[in-house]
Amino acid sequence: MHHSAERSLSTYLTGFALAVVLTAIPFALVWGGLLTGPAVYVVIAVAAVIQVVVHLVFFLHMNFKSTPGENLFFLGFAAVLICIMVGGSLWIMMDLHHRMM
Amino acid sequence: MLGRLTIEAIPLYSWVAMGGAAVTVGGGIAVFLLITYLRAWKVLWTDWLTSLDHKKIGIMYVVLALVMLVRGFIDALMMRAQQAIALNNEGYLPPEHFEQIFSSHGTIMIFFVAMPFLTGLINIIVPQQIGARDVAFPFLNSVSLFLTAAGAGLVLISLAIGKFSTAGWTGYPPYSGIDYNPGVGVDYWLWALIVSGVGSTASGINFIVTIVKNRCPGMTYMRMPMFTWTTLCISILIAFAFPALTVVAAQLALDRTLGFHFFTNGDGGNMMLFANLLWIWGHPEVYILILPAFGIFSEVVATFSRKRLFGYKSLVYATACIAILSFTVWLHHFFTMGSSANVNAVFGIATMIIAVPTGVKIFDWMFTMYRGRIEFHPSMVFTIGFMVTFVIGGVTGVLLALPPADYLMHNSTFLVAHFHNMLIPGALFGYFAGLNYWFPKAFGFKLDAKWGIRSFWFWIIGFYLAFMPLYVLGFMGMSRRMEHYADPNWQPYLIVAALGAVCVLLGIVCIAIQLYVSAKNWGSARDLTGDPWNGRTLEWATASPAAPYNFAIVPTVRDIDAFHDMKLGGTAYQPAAAYEDIVMPKSSGLGPVLGALSFALGFAMVWYIWWLAALAFVLALVCVGIRACDDESEFIIPAAEVARIEGAHLGQITSADMHDMRDFQPVGPASGAPLPGRA
Amino acid sequence: MSETALNSELLEHEEKKSLESREFGFWVYLMTDAVIFALLFASYVVLSKNSAAGPTSRDLFDLGHTAGETALLLLSSLTFGLATIAMTSDQAGRVVQWLFVTLILGLGFLAMEMLEFHGMIAQGAGPGTSGFLSAFFTLVGTHGLHVAFGAIGICVVIGQVLVKGLTLPVRSRLVRLGLFWHFLDIVWIGIFSVVYLPGVM
Repeated sequence: MHHSAERSLSTYLTGFALAVVLTAIPFALVWGGLLTGPAVYVVIAVAAVIQVVVHLVFFLHMNFKSTPGENLFFLGFAAVLICIMVGGSLWIMMDLHHRMM
Repeated sequence: MLGRLTIEAIPLYSWVAMGGAAVTVGGGIAVFLLITYLRAWKVLWTDWLTSLDHKKIGIMYVVLALVMLVRGFIDALMMRAQQAIALNNEGYLPPEHFEQIFSSHGTIMIFFVAMPFLTGLINIIVPQQIGARDVAFPFLNSVSLFLTAAGAGLVLISLAIGKFSTAGWTGYPPYSGIDYNPGVGVDYWLWALIVSGVGSTASGINFIVTIVKNRCPGMTYMRMPMFTWTTLCISILIAFAFPALTVVAAQLALDRTLGFHFFTNGDGGNMMLFANLLWIWGHPEVYILILPAFGIFSEVVATFSRKRLFGYKSLVYATACIAILSFTVWLHHFFTMGSSANVNAVFGIATMIIAVPTGVKIFDWMFTMYRGRIEFHPSMVFTIGFMVTFVIGGVTGVLLALPPADYLMHNSTFLVAHFHNMLIPGALFGYFAGLNYWFPKAFGFKLDAKWGIRSFWFWIIGFYLAFMPLYVLGFMGMSRRMEHYADPNWQPYLIVAALGAVCVLLGIVCIAIQLYVSAKNWGSARDLTGDPWNGRTLEWATASPAAPYNFAIVPTVRDIDAFHDMKLGGTAYQPAAAYEDIVMPKSSGLGPVLGALSFALGFAMVWYIWWLAALAFVLALVCVGIRACDDESEFIIPAAEVARIEGAHLGQITSADMHDMRDFQPVGPASGAPLPGRA
Repeated sequence: MSETALNSELLEHEEKKSLESREFGFWVYLMTDAVIFALLFASYVVLSKNSAAGPTSRDLFDLGHTAGETALLLLSSLTFGLATIAMTSDQAGRVVQWLFVTLILGLGFLAMEMLEFHGMIAQGAGPGTSGFLSAFFTLVGTHGLHVAFGAIGICVVIGQVLVKGLTLPVRSRLVRLGLFWHFLDIVWIGIFSVVYLPGVM
């Protein structure tokens, strides 16, 4: 993973700027009370997911060209499993919660 | 100073418990005296405990597993004896003691028999199967071993100091919470799991990297032997499932030790979350135990049928499917928790789907045997016994996968029979097959076949006698884990089950005799070629036992059955024109030290000895720091030494020892057909 | 070539191979750590409303404080990146400087977190108060513990750069530590998005 060319200052600064914006949006929404209801959760979730991708691309230098295939495989596999585990757990526990109400 | 550890922790209150403590302590003292008598401490330390050689680490894992198998089996025998006599009376075990026994039986068999057994076999064999000189992280490998041993040590010492958990091997709260279980038992269970779980996670990562990075030239993924494939799959399962165990155990430990409310009855705890998190780990764990055995069966069945493994690709895909599906079924362990019908149905259907790739495997093995020249070597006999018996367990599993049926049978002895029916043939028979198959690779001489076959017959007859009655008892309504009962109709079945346990005991005795007889006659059963069974995969290309570096020249592979192909092509056993220097890891005493420190940490946390816990933790960090700053952890075996070792090995091989390859159809260039498994 | 030179060449080749394995192994380790955090997040979401008549998230969370912590951590990711850039251009002095800045930012984050925890416990909202607070302290505390280990790691690497210079193994450790540090920032995105922001609504 020694790809010095990609680790330029501009990459990090771009990433940093994007991260600041993507952090500011949800904070501003919640702080300023600009949006209410489920829409806020959607915005927070979308901003968070985009920011995770920003970090992966600009700080961790993930891409489809120079990142070794096995690293991408494990990242993808972890993402799928986390979705299964967290999604499944929440589904099971919420379902149980409703039935016990 | 000593937390809650007082003199009352010594089990003077019961003869049975005192006996257990005496046997444990006495056994420890006997081993200590024996080593001292043999003046073997120095050899033990320099050649074994501090060794980073994956083959020696593997052997130590298997020894740990066999010792713990005896301990776990004694628990089983005691339970069967209790239930055989406890009709309308208390039997010989008080309820609390009975509970400790079934808890420790399950914990030991899963964590300290099956896990070290399979990790040991993987350690000995996988690097040799992929043409590697070592695992990716030899030091981490040693740390993993001693963390597992530290966990086993915690379970063992609970016999002599304090008590073990009474909450079953799954330790469901609220019963395992501090309110209902204020003693040290559950803490022993938790810390044994946490310490050994960290070790297992590390070995999982180690073998992922080993298999991904250290394969020899030509060893594409689709040419890896099945055992290596199953190892890769379970290493991934370990790496992604064991974190769940760490989380759930840490949460319960926080509840118990610091008064958190994850799983408590009141104050906003949610005990069902425990079942959910535990089984996110627990179901993949079942496949972590079984898939390596499937890999062993695949190797054994091809070798002793003298045929290429049937449907290699389908076996690979089936293994990968099982690995992924194993993460999607965890709710079937708690169908009766009260989820809605939709949730139960989804997980029930996912569970039944797993039977499909498993069925594919059974057919592949049968077709491998079809028209093969089968040799009834003990490992092959274990394989055939597995195939027949495992199918019965699979059928009862599909039955349990139906949520409505599960409502009737959950928590009954039917369930107990089902999972023993999966794990004894599915996992343990596989490990025994592996033991018989690879023993010469580890020690340089073959195991006695006669006693191997005897051990098989006692095991399989014992298994049927012990567990078929439990299926019936489940239908008759007997709950699992009953200390005594009032229904006289049950007793005949329980007596048969107890006889089955005695039969299994004879099976274990046969294995002990087999080891003893083989060691005594080792000179007449030596394996000089390194290939005692006319094997097909690369581990048979090394000497038995293999040199520290396994391969003097890293081989180049062009077929799934790499070594078989070399023998046919005449490239096996050829001395190299010139040997090179080889870099190997230096031994390190930090592995056993870290193991001892984590044992101390676990023990201190169990007994609330805070200063010891802090001290052990800081010292462990220091050890890790020392290792992190050491950039000179390797040494060189000079080419001349390599040439000497190789010359000695090749000199032993006479043409009379070599297998007759004339009957085998050549594949590849010699036959004009394209090579299979090409990327 | 003399024998020792040959040996050192061989060792260097093996070293490169083993460092490559280490980086991949560390990546897999990070994935396992991600699963740990994912399950702590799941536990938190399940328990987040179980305040057992005690203080709720609305009573306790202060978004300004969280924004400060976020700023420190994000800035430290940037400064770690600058240390990495200095490494690729072989400026050992710069590496140490930027690592030191990262360390200060990391310690600042930890100080703010300790302050927050201390304030909550002083108000009678410790981890033993309710299921919600147990899950909160465990999730956020586990992240904080990771940051603390990262800070220790930075100290060790600063020491190694000063003593050994930018040798191959030291570079590899720096790269791995960088992965770890950036990974912790990613986890923090999850924490403010799942814990703090919904918590005050």
